[in-house]
Amino acid sequence: MPTKIEKDSISGQDTTGHEWDGLKELNTPLPKWWLYTLYATCVWAVVWCVLYPSVPGISGYFPGVLGASTRVQVTNDVKALAAQRAVTMDKLTATPIAEVRQDPQLMAVATTAGRIAFANNCQPCHGPSGEGRPGYPALAGDAWIWGGKLADLQQTITYGIRSGHPDARVSQMPRFGADGILKPEEIAQVADYVMTLYGKGTAGADMAKGRAIYGENCAACHGDNGEGKRDVGAPALKGAVHLYGDSRETVRAQIANPRQGVMPNWNQRLDEATIKSLALYVHSLGGGE
Amino acid sequence: MSGSAAMSDIALAGIGLGRAAAAEHVSARAEVYNMDVVRKFLIASVFWAVVAFLVGVYLALELSWPSLNFGLSFLNFGRLRPVHTSAAIFAFGGSALFAKSFYVVQRTCRARLFGGEALANFVFWGYQFFIVMAALSYVMGYSQGQEYAEPEWHIDLFLTVVWVAYGVAYIGTVLKREEPHIYVANWFYMTFILTIAVLHIGNNIALPVSIYAAKSYSAYAGVQNALIQWWYGHNAVGFFLTVPFLGMMYYFIPKQAGRPIYSYRLSIVHFWSLTFMYIWAGPHHLHYTALPDWTQTLGAVFSVMLWMPSWGGMINGLMTLSGAWDKLRTDPALRFSVAAVGFYGMSTFEGPMMSIREVNALAHYTDWVIGHVHSGALGWVAFISFGATYYLVPLLWNRARLYSTRLVSWHFWIATLGIVFYITSMWVAGIMEGLMWRAYDQFGFLQYSFAEAVNAVHPYFVIRMLGGVLFLIGALIMVYNLIMTVYSPTTEVSVTERRDAALPAGAALAGE
Repeated sequence: MPTKIEKDSISGQDTTGHEWDGLKELNTPLPKWWLYTLYATCVWAVVWCVLYPSVPGISGYFPGVLGASTRVQVTNDVKALAAQRAVTMDKLTATPIAEVRQDPQLMAVATTAGRIAFANNCQPCHGPSGEGRPGYPALAGDAWIWGGKLADLQQTITYGIRSGHPDARVSQMPRFGADGILKPEEIAQVADYVMTLYGKGTAGADMAKGRAIYGENCAACHGDNGEGKRDVGAPALKGAVHLYGDSRETVRAQIANPRQGVMPNWNQRLDEATIKSLALYVHSLGGGE
Repeated sequence: MSGSAAMSDIALAGIGLGRAAAAEHVSARAEVYNMDVVRKFLIASVFWAVVAFLVGVYLALELSWPSLNFGLSFLNFGRLRPVHTSAAIFAFGGSALFAKSFYVVQRTCRARLFGGEALANFVFWGYQFFIVMAALSYVMGYSQGQEYAEPEWHIDLFLTVVWVAYGVAYIGTVLKREEPHIYVANWFYMTFILTIAVLHIGNNIALPVSIYAAKSYSAYAGVQNALIQWWYGHNAVGFFLTVPFLGMMYYFIPKQAGRPIYSYRLSIVHFWSLTFMYIWAGPHHLHYTALPDWTQTLGAVFSVMLWMPSWGGMINGLMTLSGAWDKLRTDPALRFSVAAVGFYGMSTFEGPMMSIREVNALAHYTDWVIGHVHSGALGWVAFISFGATYYLVPLLWNRARLYSTRLVSWHFWIATLGIVFYITSMWVAGIMEGLMWRAYDQFGFLQYSFAEAVNAVHPYFVIRMLGGVLFLIGALIMVYNLIMTVYSPTTEVSVTERRDAALPAGAALAGE
């Protein structure tokens, strides 16, 4: 029970008469603005609960007088967006890719759509400007494994590489070391020879054996002079660009137990018009043929 | 006022000593209360504060320059982040709460801590063991994957035992109190103890893969899991980072200001309304998700109703200073406490606003949320703890004063500048992200890719990191100041000082 209620000289309020460790409390009434704001938020809460889905029931919930639903809202938003895009994208779907470039207006749409689709889907592997990185081919250069024409690009993006799709581009380099096709010293010899194709070979080494092994095992796909063959996806070896590196170590590793990268078939995720846009965009990065 | 406060300090000792005698025998008072566990937890809280800030700065560096993880698994952001959050919330915040709640409950109940030395020591060492176990498990890659509830089941079980021991010690002390009434700070601390127990157990119900395996799976699946997690997560903010720190405020601000609490009635009404409203607010973390709309609406409206109950604490804190505002000029420790209440008011307005679904549409998943949580964590939780720590250290180690109030002032301004860097950069970054993510061009395509938004916020991430560095520097100044307070000859309570000032010295000892 309060025993010694005092008047606080500064505020003019009474204390409650309690004291703990020298601490006292004033019996100041609730600030009016505080109380009314609390009431106002409660009123707002009730109004909000009437307007929007709020109170649960046994087998459903009160949907609110506005009939608002975030699921309906997002469906409508997506539909509206699709309708807005459809104006140009339908035209893009219907136009053969080679002809798009003759229509400046359509081309503007395609590069806009292609840029953002590239940034959100391709950039993580191929880099912001398509510059590529080890294991992921550069798209801004001229070293195309499967071809750099518009139709080639569209094909690659649509079905992917080793993606598992029946129409995917597939190439398979034998595992010359892991499967015992070549002996380690033979791999070393052919690696030394391959390195001479792009000017990194060891001067004075005996290339005759390496050249012979190359002719028997590699030339069928990579060409007699290492120029590559696009129809089987065999990269050129004589150029400056090497997907998995051009040091003696990486070349030997690639012959012994080759890495074989996978690119997804984007038709599982992107529609035809977007893929066309992507092909046109990638073609414009600097390496298009 | 100070006279009666000093008197009650002595009376509190419950040993009926005269004023001067009590002033000379502070150690006698220490024997009446268990201040040993308070000191231990206080040291732990300062230690963990530095750890939490240091890891936070490192994570901010990683976010600005990701290669700083050096490809090492245990430096990976995903593993270090829970180390930072747990160190800040549970290690620093928790240890500070244990220290101050054990101090407050004994003094305002005029009773020695229930359960004796053994229980108190078990709570201290048990809790520290929990922290170390949890942190090690994170860097080794173990996690339940639930925010603020990352420790796996065996660590959870151990914490439950420690927590119950804490509850027994605390509530036991309240039960054997020699005061007729329970002081408001204790209501808040007891709510904290009870609710955290319920939340911790509720959210961590999980089935271990095997009794010998650290891995477990939650008892809740899908959206139920998300709802339970955010019922827990938001109330970790509410009942770990708000309610007990209000308890801290209710003791230390009137003590530092030497004024009575502004309004007893407000403390009752805002206590009950806060406790009732907070527990429902969790679903606002799940706007625009698979959670049913009606649940989202309820989460939002309870959050908005929470605004005034939260501000009740701010009003009681700030208005308690009426008649004592001048002390802010001379007592930089009080400045920490008052600024803390200001930041508290700011973030408890920001929170309800962000919880409205239409505002959340912009704010959700952006760094605005990170800024919001840090205005609460740095501005409110850390500042109120610093204020109380500066008040307590001279008292607990029987020193005449802090080593340097000038250094407290430096700490205050450097840390405040750090917070300003942090929250303004995150506001700008967050709103920018929100706007970039939703921008469409004239054809209906996204204007920006996600990576472009990441690139755009990079300068603000660097500013945030600098804010963290400032906050860390402030804390290191505090550590130096506190160590010097305990060891410097200049802060010794001299015999003359004690004899001279029978009453004022008693007041000084009590920190009045």
